[in-house]
Amino acid sequence: MADKRTYEVVFIVDPKVGDDEVMRLSETVQKIITSQGGQIVKTEMMGRRQLAYEINHKREGAYILLEIEGSGAEIAELERRMRVNDQILRYMTIRVDEDRRRAEKLKERRARKAARKSGSRRVAEKKGELESEPEIEEEYAA
Amino acid sequence: MSSNYEDRDFGFEREYDRTMQGRGPRRMQRRKICRFCIDKVDLIDFKDVKLLQSYIPERGKILPRRISGMCAAHQRMLAEAIKRARNIALLPYAAD
Repeated sequence: MADKRTYEVVFIVDPKVGDDEVMRLSETVQKIITSQGGQIVKTEMMGRRQLAYEINHKREGAYILLEIEGSGAEIAELERRMRVNDQILRYMTIRVDEDRRRAEKLKERRARKAARKSGSRRVAEKKGELESEPEIEEEYAA
Repeated sequence: MSSNYEDRDFGFEREYDRTMQGRGPRRMQRRKICRFCIDKVDLIDFKDVKLLQSYIPERGKILPRRISGMCAAHQRMLAEAIKRARNIALLPYAAD
């Protein structure tokens, strides 16, 4: 638990709640995170949108997206609080650091491969150890 | 109601047809290309509703790989993203 994780938290606020109230709610959420030792990386008000299906007989809601860095303990606390809040129709937390790291790796591999293709043979041999790694095609196998 | 994917044109089919032209008498299998591989997509975001919407037919189901020609890795990513979007009501679980 000591390692740092990145999470994306999306939650939907009741459409009846006014805009300034939504702002206050988002501030409360951020306070919960920081008080638990987490960090807010990004806050985004995605605005009011139509829900794809009814939640609690409501057809629309205000979406708020947060990006949080922390150990995971603050997520547990945040979810507990959101569960009991009637103004929050739904929330979802997704861990993104692992997926991002994986995407980064794929990107790197592709860049290396492109370099190998255009570079001279000697360069390619120097990178011999890299060559033994599974190729990107395997990852993207058709 | 049965959802007949073959009846609908998702714009993928036309692309394969072009690859068929000028080939020999051999019965050509349509060459399916993974769009995400061409665009070098490493991550499919569940918030990108516009993109995800092009992979859900009107019934709201996830477009199967045999129709879109997507590679396994990208289909997995896409399916995951669609399911996340459904959870947060960006996409429907079932239309109609």
